[in-house]
Amino acid sequence: MTGKLLSIRGLTKAYPGVVANSDVSFEIEPGEVHALLGENGAGKSTLVKMIYGLVKPDSGDMVLQGREYTPAEPQAARAAGVAMVFQHFSLFDALNVAENVALGMANPPKTSELAAKITSVSEQYGLPLDPWKIVGDLSAGERQRVEIIRCLLQDPKLLIMDEPTSVLTPQEVEILFATLRKLKAEGTSILYISHKLEEIRALCDEATILRLGKKVATCTPRETTAAQMAELMVGSELHRPERAVTVPGAVRLALRGLSVKSPGQFGTSLKDISLEVRAGEVLGLAGVAGNGQDELLAALAGEILAKPGMVVLDGTEIGAKGPGVRRKMGLLTGPEERLGHAAAPNMSLTENALLTGAEREGLMQNGFLKWGKAKSFAEAIIKRFDVRTPGPETAARALSGGNLQKFVIGREVMQRPDVLVVNQPTWGVDASAAAVIRQALLDLAVGGAAIVVISQDLDELMEVADNFAALNEGRLSEIRPAKGLSMEEIGLMMGGAHGLEVAHV
Amino acid sequence: MLTLEKRPQPSKALSYITPVLAVIVTMIAGGLLFAALGKDPIVAIRTIFWEPLFGEFASYYRPQLLVKGGPLILIALGLSLGFRAGIWNIGAEGQYIIGAICGAGVALAFYPLEAWYIFPLMVIAGALGGWAWAMIPALLKVKFGTNEILVSLMLVYVAEQLLASMALGVMKNPQGYGFPGSRNLQQYPSAFNNELIAGTGMHWGVAAAFIAAIFSYVLLNRHILGFQIRLTGEAPRAARFSGVKPARLVLICMGSAGALAGLAGMFEVAGPSGQISINFNVGYGFTAIIVAFLGRLHPVGIIFAGLLMALTYIGGDAAQSRLQLPAAAIQMVQGMLLFFLLAVDVLTNYRIKLTKREVA
Repeated sequence: MTGKLLSIRGLTKAYPGVVANSDVSFEIEPGEVHALLGENGAGKSTLVKMIYGLVKPDSGDMVLQGREYTPAEPQAARAAGVAMVFQHFSLFDALNVAENVALGMANPPKTSELAAKITSVSEQYGLPLDPWKIVGDLSAGERQRVEIIRCLLQDPKLLIMDEPTSVLTPQEVEILFATLRKLKAEGTSILYISHKLEEIRALCDEATILRLGKKVATCTPRETTAAQMAELMVGSELHRPERAVTVPGAVRLALRGLSVKSPGQFGTSLKDISLEVRAGEVLGLAGVAGNGQDELLAALAGEILAKPGMVVLDGTEIGAKGPGVRRKMGLLTGPEERLGHAAAPNMSLTENALLTGAEREGLMQNGFLKWGKAKSFAEAIIKRFDVRTPGPETAARALSGGNLQKFVIGREVMQRPDVLVVNQPTWGVDASAAAVIRQALLDLAVGGAAIVVISQDLDELMEVADNFAALNEGRLSEIRPAKGLSMEEIGLMMGGAHGLEVAHV
Repeated sequence: MLTLEKRPQPSKALSYITPVLAVIVTMIAGGLLFAALGKDPIVAIRTIFWEPLFGEFASYYRPQLLVKGGPLILIALGLSLGFRAGIWNIGAEGQYIIGAICGAGVALAFYPLEAWYIFPLMVIAGALGGWAWAMIPALLKVKFGTNEILVSLMLVYVAEQLLASMALGVMKNPQGYGFPGSRNLQQYPSAFNNELIAGTGMHWGVAAAFIAAIFSYVLLNRHILGFQIRLTGEAPRAARFSGVKPARLVLICMGSAGALAGLAGMFEVAGPSGQISINFNVGYGFTAIIVAFLGRLHPVGIIFAGLLMALTYIGGDAAQSRLQLPAAAIQMVQGMLLFFLLAVDVLTNYRIKLTKREVA
């Protein structure tokens, strides 16, 4: 085992009813950026959790630097030189950067020493970060830097990064990549998990492709086209959503100077947002997470109330009306958080179908529920959006993220909305299902509905949107036609790279 | 090493089994407690759980099952609505007392007039009284965001003081030779909540409990309001997204719990108890909290749980008089029931896994 940093041989992990990884083997060289590629549910997360000591493999073994490597817990993995940056950060909003970093250490030094160290590491790797800032005030990109620096302080030999770019602006992605290249030059290996093919082509030396828990291919990303990799990942040719050309009709949804305070302490208040969406139009709203997306959706759904004239639906002022009234009038919404917001985790799919469908689908009469009809409605959603589940009596939390997403978006689409607003509609959904959802959104637009898609996936927005704007700290950029926008321009609309100035202090 | 693994969805079967399991574990732990007190545990457990139903004096005890179970079920049904929605009305005892005072107040105001409409008026007054008492914490919560647990609980003590002042003052029986307590409504035919079928313990309050159980069942399973109550308890954010108005739900749940507790108090004062007295309330309002959870917040379950809890009251009395068990020991057994239920409840959502701890 000379030369190899990490060899993985025949790792297998099964959960009740599903084999997450089956006999996966690959090797990582020192100083190599290795991509782990696959759709959601392909088993990427389970695999890296095994490497990081969070999950125990059923069989198979790993060799790290020539020695057998069986981490029982993340601490053992870290001690062996394996660090991981998670997709979801584990930071405390109310503490500052240095305090957060100290929390992850066994024997933290004095805060001032640690702060000096953080500053030096952040300068060394071009990751601008102020150790005294409160984490609650940081952008998503800056939070990620906290996590990366936390890892770098341990001087890792292998750095695992789980979908690191999903929360970054294009400019921030560039900064991150520069850092990763620098690490690579110093001999640190990186295991890079993503489904964004162009990124992998730009960054990675080798790629292992997983499908349904099995390794299906390896390739050298620089020599493989994105389309080829996509095919390997999905296993078949990908259907790209198409749309008939429509002439925009009358204005269906208008926001006029919408300003509301965020209900949460670290939320983002909306500031003077104005926009119009016409029948047949898809408006795409980009933005790094935490820039007011949740609040905008809540203000449109009626969970946050505004002044009547701030939200206008088909000429009627509805800013002060609650969710039920808006739904009845044809304004439907799909929030980002599936469990607990769009769906009740412990309730069945039938009950979750009732959650928004009771009124429009005629699932009740004089307040009395028609369970038979609700069940048929749930079954119809399951059928049309190919939701993989034993049946409508299954609890929502038993579904995988992608399948539940298909269900909650499908539930709104099937109610024939006049205006549909969705936040992260294909988050965590595999590529073919994402295509189905996007196609459904486009079909609605062709049918005369106005669609607002809020998403952090720029490729998705470019695919479906007619017009494009970005949310940045609760403000909306100007709205421009999506066609012909360059990544550079989009990045600037999203607010460029947060916190770049800090680096020059 | 034992570890808990979350189930993909709650086990239906276990949610029915765990209450039974809790009862069994309570019997065992209760037995240990009695043994520690120097009593024969088998005899004690049999006296509490078996004799009242099938023993020598069962014909005397059995009607008591309905007499004691009726108010427990009635109150627990009301509480279960709020508990399902995450609204914690702990003050049913106070609402029960106020319902009794209002119901008895109507009767005493009409005394000695005999008329058919007196009893219905008492029913309405009892429900309204309990409802109004529950509206205090409800409105405070909705308007000012106060904690309904604290406010409703504190109002119990206010209600108890009010009860004492009534028994000693306004409502005191003028022909009672100065003893505290009102006229006995059992001797006032128009107000007397007598047994509907002699010798069964079945009175209007028990009938009301069963009617309420049916209503509650239909509400929770067939009506949008019940759906909203369950949804709010399961996922408050999803409920708001769905269009549920939290304030409205607080008022409805607290109000109906108060009204049902008030009814229970009124039926009690007009029937088994007969009069407003200082020690009129015996803790039904608090025990009903146990009943509600023991019955899985489900109407049918609550009926069974109410009867079971009534059994521990009756059997507890018997054990006190026959075995000289202290009253506190009986209350501990009742408390254990809830304690063990919550403990074994973990099993509906988690399964126990035996794992070997490996060293890295």
